[in-house]
Amino acid sequence: MHVEIKTNSVKPLRLTFGHLARRFGDKQATRYQEATYDLQPSVNFHYKPLWDPEFDMYDRRRTAIVMKDWYALKDPRQYYYGSYTIARAKWQEAQERQIEFLEKRGLLLNLPVETREAITFSLVTLRHYEWGANTNNAHMSAYGWGAAITQATMMNCMDRLGIAQHLSKIGLLIDGNTGKSLVTAKRFWMDAPEWQGMRREMENMFVTRDWFELFVAQNLVADGLVYPLFYQQLDSQMAALDGSFLSLIADFPLRWYDECGKWVDSVIKVAAAESEENQKLLSAWIAKWRAVHAAALTTIAARVMGEHAGQAVANVLDVFDARIKKLGLARGSL
Amino acid sequence: MSNENQTPAKKLTLKENYALMTRDLGWETSYQPMDEVFRYLKFEGIKIHDWEKWEDPFRLTMDAYWKYQGEKERKLYAIMDAFQQNNGQFNVTDVRYIQALKVFIQGFSLIEYTSHRGFNIMSRELAGVGPRIAAEMQALDELRHTQTQIHTLSQYNRYFAGMEEFPYMFDRTWYLSIPKSFFEDAVTGGPFEFIVAISFALEYLLTNLVFMPWMSGAAYNGDMATVTFGFSAQSDEARHMTLGLEIVKFLLEQDPANVPLVQKWIDKWFWRGYRVLALVSAMMDYMLPKRVMPWCEAFEIYFEQNGGALFADLARYGIRMPKHYEVAIKEKGRISHELWSIFYQYRDAAGFHPWLPSEEEMDWFSEKYPDTFDKLYRPRYEYWRQLEKEGRPFINSNLPQLCQICQWPMLFSEPDDPTQTCYRETEYKEEKFHFCSDGCKDIFCDEPEKYVNAWLPVHQIYQGNCLLEGVDPTAPGFNPLAEALKYMGIKPGIDGGSLSASADAHNWEAWTGRPHNSHEGMVTEPAAKAA
Repeated sequence: MHVEIKTNSVKPLRLTFGHLARRFGDKQATRYQEATYDLQPSVNFHYKPLWDPEFDMYDRRRTAIVMKDWYALKDPRQYYYGSYTIARAKWQEAQERQIEFLEKRGLLLNLPVETREAITFSLVTLRHYEWGANTNNAHMSAYGWGAAITQATMMNCMDRLGIAQHLSKIGLLIDGNTGKSLVTAKRFWMDAPEWQGMRREMENMFVTRDWFELFVAQNLVADGLVYPLFYQQLDSQMAALDGSFLSLIADFPLRWYDECGKWVDSVIKVAAAESEENQKLLSAWIAKWRAVHAAALTTIAARVMGEHAGQAVANVLDVFDARIKKLGLARGSL
Repeated sequence: MSNENQTPAKKLTLKENYALMTRDLGWETSYQPMDEVFRYLKFEGIKIHDWEKWEDPFRLTMDAYWKYQGEKERKLYAIMDAFQQNNGQFNVTDVRYIQALKVFIQGFSLIEYTSHRGFNIMSRELAGVGPRIAAEMQALDELRHTQTQIHTLSQYNRYFAGMEEFPYMFDRTWYLSIPKSFFEDAVTGGPFEFIVAISFALEYLLTNLVFMPWMSGAAYNGDMATVTFGFSAQSDEARHMTLGLEIVKFLLEQDPANVPLVQKWIDKWFWRGYRVLALVSAMMDYMLPKRVMPWCEAFEIYFEQNGGALFADLARYGIRMPKHYEVAIKEKGRISHELWSIFYQYRDAAGFHPWLPSEEEMDWFSEKYPDTFDKLYRPRYEYWRQLEKEGRPFINSNLPQLCQICQWPMLFSEPDDPTQTCYRETEYKEEKFHFCSDGCKDIFCDEPEKYVNAWLPVHQIYQGNCLLEGVDPTAPGFNPLAEALKYMGIKPGIDGGSLSASADAHNWEAWTGRPHNSHEGMVTEPAAKAA
């Protein structure tokens, strides 16, 4: 049964804010639009930052990428704070059930010591990679232009903390909540020769000042290689050993990677479509960071995947190159 | 292969779990020097010896944050939807309350955004994992506050003037340069100054003075959407306040050399924050049709008593009350009235509609402000009321002189003589600079190079910088003030001007059948009830 409920209606004077009406017409805006467009102050700044007096507090010149309208870099997920936290809370519920499953049965705790060591070496150590990615996304959020991109990088920043803590939790499941695996993993990150390439490139990203280059280096290239390698290729190998439930560990990061990839691709695509200059810059950055990240990954892959490493890295690079091509960019040459 | 059962996992407390999940995520870099990775930690002179000494007050892991905040958002948006469906905007006391909401969306929603940016910078630039995570969560919370405020007020915007251009206005409108410059001042300071300014001076010391009247005011005046937002934001604010106190204690405990720097920032940011809050004083005393308490009383409770206790506690670190606090105490019976008088005089240039207080309200002021109101302000209002009756209302069409620091017009009186306007000045590089108070002058003299850059709206108008593209100042009939208002996003006669003549007032009476000002009665004939 459907009846029309009578409500006392008064015709509104306008349907939305002026800046949204100018962009989309005077119609009811979505919550994402209200929460995003034109929010960042853009003129009449009062003071030069003491920490960077060459620039304004918000300054388009902090990247070489040029956009006529930075709000073109919208988030296809349409995440504003509310929709973001609600979406993540939902994931978290599923995630909690999986962790509980592993925990109750002591599935990780009772793995053969070799497998536990392998997980510690390859996956728990990645918590530091995630923390580095958190730092880099904080940089983009601190120095980027326009709420559309910077709110998404800030959410990404928090996501990376979440994943770092997820990996820490895996460590605790392995070591029976003693934290020993975390200490060991930190030592690997700091000193194991195979990890040093990745740490070096992470630190090189820390001093990359152009925030859009950093977006390319971290969110497109590094993640585009690390996630498929560690969570897909490694997973299928370990499954062959005796850790089929590893896919439970990888579920959250992989789900996140799929979702986040759509946003990253859309940002790159729009920036590249803006101008030939942007395209050239993006291609050059991709080439530069693909080379160094791929080299670093090859070293670590050789250690964790042995004879399968060559094939695994090649697979990952193929998929990555195809993705770049789809985005309308050249992989670029060195 | 060892496959036998390990010792069962030990149970972790919340604190232990947090520590393990978070501890040691960061590292001492070696392929790049730490000073290149964290570039801004030394220039202010603050000394941190051990970031690990930072005790995180919340121990909130990300999964808990998402769950907790996601749940809050679900509830908040359900109520917002209900509010919109039921035209809740017509359930507030009267259209004066709507004017207060305009001040909020114009002046406050985007300082939350600026705060979001400031904490983004902290989450990149602080070296310790603990404080960085706290900053990250606060950065996201501040984004939340901007967005939920806009979503809450969006429904009001459909029916009332003065809200539709809020982001444009924030960057350009004369009185909005007050909150804008305040927050930009903090973000453009170093990271330690920012955190003392915002987390401590604003969030810990002064935020109750904003939050309490705003949210209680919303509750008293029937604004369900804003009250719900307020309750929802309250637990965020509690976290932010705790962070403010923790960070100050951390800085003070790290090195005795930090004490004078922290004291200097507390002095500066108390005064800077207090001057911005003058806006709230006027809102509390004048803009709430159902009043919660007078500004002077809120100031006594939230600053004199609570703040006094706080500084007594900090004395063991060698921290004293902020400089010039005694001036703020002397002003508590005056600023709301001094400020409202300014808005009334410049009502045509405001983005909301000021009005004169009714007889009933003036009697309330006499009771609440026995030492000042009848002597200093009642005669002025009665005189202005008389002029309105005679059909020649008082308007000030001279541009006011602004304070170089707080950017208020020179409206505050001498601390010891409420009949004299307070003027201070100084010379820097052969130029004169003007201030509303010793507090503002001190701030300038400590960092003149920074403050000579301030974008002072009145100066900018005189320099010809407040013109829309294509406007020709040499054209015949060019009206600099009208053009400046257009530049600032204010539609004369629609966004500003007197309340009783406004479209807001007339629409309100037509839509609700209730007077636009419950103390004054209807301005429209009941017969004119049509919309």
